[in-house]
Amino acid sequence: MKPKSILLKQRGVLPGFGLTMGFTIFYLSMVILIPISMIFIKTASMSWDQFVGAVTSPRAMAAYYLSFTASFIAAMINGIFGIIVAWVLERYNFPGKRIIDGLLDLPFALPTAVAGITLTAIYSSNGWFGQYLEAIGIKAAYSPLGVVIVLTFVGLPFVVRTLQPVLHDFDKEMEDAAASLGANRWQTFTKVILPELLPALLTGFVLAFARGLGEYGSVIFIAGNMPMRTEITPLLIMIKLEQFDYAGASAIAAVFLLASFTLLLLINLLQRRKNLVRA
Amino acid sequence: MGKLSMPMNTTIAARATLNAGIGGGQESKLFRWALIAIATAFLGLFLFAPIIAVFAKALEKGLSVYFSAITEPDAQAAIRLTILTAAITVPLNLCFGVAAAWAITKFDFFGKNLLITLIDIPFSVSPVISGMIFVLLFGAQSLLGPFLTAHNIKIIFAVPGIVLATIFVTSPFIARELIPVMQAQGSEEEQAAISLGASGWQIFWRVTLPNIKWGLLYGVILCNARAMGEFGAVSVVSGHIRGLTNTMPLHVEILYNEFQFVAAFSVASLLTILALVTLAAKNFVQKKSRQRFITSPVEGIDYSGVQL
Repeated sequence: MKPKSILLKQRGVLPGFGLTMGFTIFYLSMVILIPISMIFIKTASMSWDQFVGAVTSPRAMAAYYLSFTASFIAAMINGIFGIIVAWVLERYNFPGKRIIDGLLDLPFALPTAVAGITLTAIYSSNGWFGQYLEAIGIKAAYSPLGVVIVLTFVGLPFVVRTLQPVLHDFDKEMEDAAASLGANRWQTFTKVILPELLPALLTGFVLAFARGLGEYGSVIFIAGNMPMRTEITPLLIMIKLEQFDYAGASAIAAVFLLASFTLLLLINLLQRRKNLVRA
Repeated sequence: MGKLSMPMNTTIAARATLNAGIGGGQESKLFRWALIAIATAFLGLFLFAPIIAVFAKALEKGLSVYFSAITEPDAQAAIRLTILTAAITVPLNLCFGVAAAWAITKFDFFGKNLLITLIDIPFSVSPVISGMIFVLLFGAQSLLGPFLTAHNIKIIFAVPGIVLATIFVTSPFIARELIPVMQAQGSEEEQAAISLGASGWQIFWRVTLPNIKWGLLYGVILCNARAMGEFGAVSVVSGHIRGLTNTMPLHVEILYNEFQFVAAFSVASLLTILALVTLAAKNFVQKKSRQRFITSPVEGIDYSGVQL
């Protein structure tokens, strides 16, 4: 990065501040701020009891529970396999490596509805993989496990993509030093490499978790959508909207937004810590 | 999974490399291939199988069924609406992205970090909520509802609602690509241009744009992919009227729910091709510009997909 010159960044030296800033604020207000404030305006129209009743109903609690646990498990799976995938991609050479690296972002690019119907087809009881799971008594599609499967797909790139740059820049001399001091490879990994990866790993984990929480399109196809059992929170919001219970939908959405913003804050803090450690 | 035998193997490997004077940092060949196998198996189950399955299911009944599924009138209408939505959304968000990046990177002002955070909001909002806010704003029950009904303006359950929801969801993409790129670029060149008497627009077209073109293109690619593929937000505001307010992802859902699986996967295969083309274009731009782009409120993370 070029060193920033303080002089050149003064307002008024380059033209266009009024125009660009004005347009940015206008667009932001019309497209993002006014619409999103509707959630809180609508929620504020409820009495406290109504609000508590809506956000703590047994059906809502069951939906939060499924959303949180399924996203958490999927993020854990992605954390563990993400380390292996990132390691393999950064450290080893093998045929097909570049194709894998190129296709890894597919869950970002593939429309969620497509992911949903495809994974349902594969993991349903007569699907490619589902039939074998069925044979050993595991029901993948139309169960909470199905939710975990799609959320694993959806969050797959996060951990890998956050770990890759860290592994790439990792100072191999530290590994050499550990080895020369008698550490075996496993010790080097757990005591030297893993602590360096940890902030990035956590960031990737939280990103995958946050993505899983909000996910809607892919989950509704595979979940079966039974109230109290396989109904995720975004779907519950959708159902309330279809029943014209806008206040109830807003209340749950407000709770959910708060959770998302908290996670975003957490990611920022993690990243700041990571930058501090590196600096 | 192969981890049990690892300490011994790796010790030997580490000592071997150490003795050879290369230094540490090598695993045994067996362990390496075991890890590669685990990684490939995981990606096979969750990544490659779905790609193959889309096309396998779409072509199950042969090519003629496939082509009739993607050329029937409702599918064509869905394709047209998807393209129309992207054609409105991407240019608007492009203007927003360039304006926001210019204001944020070329000037110092109070509340800059807050502005960046606000731009990021749509990334952390669930798609269903992204759609619902427009129902709350323009729906029949809203404050604006009676006015809109009186003047016969339909926004919700019509095309404008779909476009608005898509604009919301995709608004951060281009801004988020451009801000770090323009930040790294600095303003020295623009400064030189202005001292030579160039006007604001001349500076932008002749100096800034050539410098940021790859980042800009990268943002446009991501924005377009999301605009065409968005499901949740659009689903809330669309009303699902066949031939009128169905985008391609919504059309896939309807066909699937009607058990027309081959047709559903045929339309889905078009969206999969779009995704693959997007990835190819993304990789091409990355290679061409020799930098890794980020779409992240935090440095170094490809945040682009949080709700992609």
